[in-house]
Amino acid sequence: MPKLDVVIATDCGSTTTKAILIERQGDIYRQTCRGEAPTTVEAPFEDVTRGVLNAIQEIEELSGRQILDGERIITPAEGNRGVDIYISTSSAGGGLQMMVAGVVGSMTGESAQRCALGAGAIVMDVLAANDGRLPHEKIERIRHLRPDMVLLSGGTDGGTISHVVELAEYIAAADPRPRFGTGFELPVIFAGNRDAQSEVERVLGSKTALHLTENIRPVLERENLGPARHVIHDLFLEHVMAQAPGYRELMAWTGAPIMPTPAAVGQIMQTIARRQGINVLGVDIGGATTDVFSVFTVIGDDGVSAEPVFNRTVSANLGMSYSISNVLAEATMPNVVRWLPVDIDEADLRDRIKNKMIRPTTIPHMLEELQIEHAVAREALRLALVQHRELAVGLKGVQTERTLSDAFEQSGSGDSLIDMMSLDLLVGSGGVLSHAPRRSQTAAMLIDAFQPEGVTQLAVDSIFMMPHLGVLASVDEKAATDVFERDCIVYLGTCVAPVGDGKVKAGEPCLTYELTIDGAAGGGTQGSLGYGALDLIPLAEGVEADLILRPNRGWNVGAGAGQELRTRVRGGVVGLVLDGRGRPLDIPEDLEARRRSLTAWNQALELYGDSGKEA
Amino acid sequence: MAHAYTPGLRVTQYTVLRRSRRLPMKGLVLARVGETVQREQVVARTELPGNVRTMNIVNRLGIAADELHTFMLKKEGDAVRKGETIAASRPLIKWFKTTVEAEVDGVVESVSAITGQVLLREPPLPVEVLAYVDGNIVEVIADEGVVVETRGAFVQGIFGVGGEAYGPLHVLSDAPGQDLTVEMIDAESTGRIIVGTGLVTHAVIDKARQVGAAGIIGGGMHDSDLRNLLGYDLGVAITGAEDIGLTVIVTEGFGRIAMARRTFDILHACHGRQASLSGATQIRAGVMRPEIIVPDLESAPPVAEKDAAHGEGMSEGDPLRVIRAPYFGHIGKVGRLIAELQKVESGASVRVLEVEFEDGSRAVVPRANVELIEE
Repeated sequence: MPKLDVVIATDCGSTTTKAILIERQGDIYRQTCRGEAPTTVEAPFEDVTRGVLNAIQEIEELSGRQILDGERIITPAEGNRGVDIYISTSSAGGGLQMMVAGVVGSMTGESAQRCALGAGAIVMDVLAANDGRLPHEKIERIRHLRPDMVLLSGGTDGGTISHVVELAEYIAAADPRPRFGTGFELPVIFAGNRDAQSEVERVLGSKTALHLTENIRPVLERENLGPARHVIHDLFLEHVMAQAPGYRELMAWTGAPIMPTPAAVGQIMQTIARRQGINVLGVDIGGATTDVFSVFTVIGDDGVSAEPVFNRTVSANLGMSYSISNVLAEATMPNVVRWLPVDIDEADLRDRIKNKMIRPTTIPHMLEELQIEHAVAREALRLALVQHRELAVGLKGVQTERTLSDAFEQSGSGDSLIDMMSLDLLVGSGGVLSHAPRRSQTAAMLIDAFQPEGVTQLAVDSIFMMPHLGVLASVDEKAATDVFERDCIVYLGTCVAPVGDGKVKAGEPCLTYELTIDGAAGGGTQGSLGYGALDLIPLAEGVEADLILRPNRGWNVGAGAGQELRTRVRGGVVGLVLDGRGRPLDIPEDLEARRRSLTAWNQALELYGDSGKEA
Repeated sequence: MAHAYTPGLRVTQYTVLRRSRRLPMKGLVLARVGETVQREQVVARTELPGNVRTMNIVNRLGIAADELHTFMLKKEGDAVRKGETIAASRPLIKWFKTTVEAEVDGVVESVSAITGQVLLREPPLPVEVLAYVDGNIVEVIADEGVVVETRGAFVQGIFGVGGEAYGPLHVLSDAPGQDLTVEMIDAESTGRIIVGTGLVTHAVIDKARQVGAAGIIGGGMHDSDLRNLLGYDLGVAITGAEDIGLTVIVTEGFGRIAMARRTFDILHACHGRQASLSGATQIRAGVMRPEIIVPDLESAPPVAEKDAAHGEGMSEGDPLRVIRAPYFGHIGKVGRLIAELQKVESGASVRVLEVEFEDGSRAVVPRANVELIEE
C-alpha cells in the first residue's frame, strides 16, 4: 500500500466547498487545518473545481504547505510540499435524486428505497404495482419528476414477471428524461426478478440507458442491496457527476471515487459502529433536509449470530431554513410551541418562520428567536426519526416460512430496528446542532427530540467532517477513525434516562445513583433522580467514571425493570445528564405547568442563562 | 470564513436585462436574432408527448396474455379513433363476440404479451413559450429557445405566488407603508397590476381577483393570508405554478412591513406603464426571486450597465434592509463594518456591522441579518 501521510479532502456542498487537511503525527492521524469557499457549480463560474481550488488555497495559506502547482494537486507529499491523496464527496446540485419502483410497495418497493437511500440518494417517489395510483397517474408522475436515475426492482427470482414488466412499460411510456443533459438517456437500473431481465430489456433497452444487476430481493427473506448500490455509485459518477460542470476534471484529480455526501457519512457511521462494536444513531439536520443514519446489531435466525444493519433515511422537506415552514406544517403549531417557555403570538410566529424560509441565511439575533429555532429543530428531528423508524425495519418473512400470498396479506413491515434502549452513541450534525451558542443546547435538542433510553453517549460533529472521513474510510479505515475520535466529534456527555410506568408523583425518585470518577479528577457523587426532573452532574471531557444505577420498581435503565445497572460512562463538554422525565417525554399540557417545567429544565442544563430567559 | 455572503435584491430605475426563454424539451424556435418581440409573442413551440391510456385487453377478452397478438386488430404504431375496435374475440358463434374499443384518439404505443396491456398514446400536447418582456432577441438557443434583451426599470421582490403576468402598473399609494384596503380596488384595476406599499391581505387579493386584476404588489403579507389564498400551508418556497387567478408579489417579507422607499419611488414613477411580472420564487441552489420589469426601450441605453453578477460584499454607506428581528424591515445604510466577532443577545458570537437607520439611530446587527439593496 502506498504511503499515506498527508491527505486533502473536500466536500462539495450546494453552497460551500469544505476542505480539510489530515496529517499523520507519529502513529495517529489528525486533522490539522480546514478551509472553505463558495461552491462554484452554478453561474457565473459553472466549474466545481474553482471552489475546490479556492478552499485548498485557504488551507495552503493557513498550513504553510504547498499543495497546488498552478491548478494541479501535487502528489505524493514530500516534506512540506504536496499531499499523498486527494479525495472528495459531493452533494452539489441537489445531490443524487432517484425514483424507485417495486412490485409490492412494502416489500420490494421498500427494499428498493433502502437500497437507494443507503447509496446516498434522495428518493423522489416510490412506484409500486399496488400503490393505489391508476396507470396514467403513475406515468404522469414518472414524466413529471426528472430523476437522475431510476431503480426498478420487483419479483423474487423465479417469481412474478408480469408485474415488474408492467412497471417497465409505465417507465417506457413516460419516456422520462434525466435532470442533467438533454441529449442523454435516463439511466435505469433493473435489480428485480432475474427471469424478467430479457423482457425488461425489450421494453426499456431502446428508450433508456438500462443496466441489469442482481436482484435486491432474490428471496423474500433476504435483501441483497450491495450489487445495486455499486451500480448506483458507478452511474452517479458516469452520468450524474460527469454531467455537472467541472466534475469530469475533478474526478480525474481524486485518488478514490467521489462519493455522494450522505453515502460517505453512512460509511463512517458503519466503520465506527463496527470497530467499536456499538449501536450508533446519527442525524444531520440541514437547511432543506434531515438525514438519519443508524447502525443497530440484529440477532440472526439462529439466535446467536449478530450482524450490524445499516439504514439511512432522508426527510426531504424537514430542515431549518428552506424547509422550516414545512416543519411547522408537518409538526403542527401546538407541537412547536410546547417547547417554548415564552408567550408568543401564533400569527407572529408563523410570519417569523416564513421569513426564515424566504431569507434562509439569517441567524437568531434575539434569545427568543433562538428559542423558536430550537423548538422547530426539536420537531424536525423528532419527525425525521419517526420516518427513519418506519423504514429501518426487519424484512417481512424473516423467521417464518410463508407463501407469497401470506406476505401480501401482512399489513405492515417488520419490527423497527431502532431500539433506543440498546443505542450506545447518538451523534448530531448540521448548523442548528453544531453552531448552537451553548453545547448544552445541542444536548437538550438531541435528548428532547430522540428521547434516548437507558445510558447513551451524546456527541456532535463540530465542523461537519464526517463526509470527508467516510470517503477516507474507503481508503484507510484507521486514518478515518483516528480523526473521527480526536478531531471530528465533540463528546457532549452521557444521558441516563430511566423508562417505565412506575406510578410515582412528580418529584418522587425513580432511581438512585452512585458515580465514581476515575483517576486524578477523582471523587464522585451519589443521589436520586426525581420523576419529572432533569439534572446535570459535571463530568468533564476525557473523563470516565463508574456509574451504578438502581431504578425503582417499574423503572428500567437497561438491565430490566427495577434491576441495577453497573456501567462505565464518558464525560463531555456538557456532562452527565440525568433525565427523569419519562418516555415518552411527559410535557405538562397545562400552559402554566408547562412553562414551569420548561424553565426548570432549561435552568438545570443552563440552556439560556440562569433565568432560563437570558443569555 | 472565506467569504461573507450578503444576499441582495436588485431595485433599479434603469438597467439592461436578459431573460432566457426555453422550451421544456427540444422544439421549434420562431424568432431570429435581432428581431423585436412583444411580451406575449410566441418565440418557441414544441409538442409534449401525449398522455398514455392503458387498456388491459386480456382481462376484457378473457384470454391469456401470450395470445394477445392474435386478437389485436391494430398493431403498434397504428392510429386509432376513440370508439374504434382495436381487439376482438373470435368465438365459434358470432353472437358471443366480444370487442374492445379505443378509449381515446391516439396511436397504439405498445402491445404486451407479458402483461396483456395495450398502451394508447394520445395526440401530442402543444407547448408555447412567450417572449415575456418587450425587447430584442440577442441569442437563439438552437431547438430550445431564445434570449430576450430588454431595458427599463427592474424590481426584485422577496416572495411571490402565481406565474407570469402582464399589464399597466396601477399604483394606489402615495407613500411607503400604506396598507391596501378592499375599498381601494375597483373596476379601474381590471387588467392592471395593483401596487400597494404596505400590507396586502387575503380580502384585498380576493377583491383584486374578482375585478380581474393581472397582479398585485405589496410590502408584506401575513402567512395566514397566504394560507387562505393557496388553500394549504406552503412548506417550501418553490412557487410560480399556482393557479390563483393573478400574480402576487411582496417586496419585503411576511408581516405588516412598509415597502422600501427606493422600491416605491421606482414603481410610482412607472405608474401607468406596461410591466411584466413573475411570481416564481425558488429559494434553494439556483435562487430565483419574483420580479417586476417595466421595459423602456425608447430611452438611451445606460452606459456600461449590464445585468451582471452582483452581491460581491458590502461597503460603508451601502443601502440595506435588516431582515431579522428586532429591526426586521428597517431600512438604513452600512455605518461601520466591525472586524471582530461580537456576542449578540442569543449568545452566539458572530460577525456584525453597525447600521445607520433612516432616522439617524444606530444599531449593531449580525451581518447575516442584512441584505443590500442593489441598484
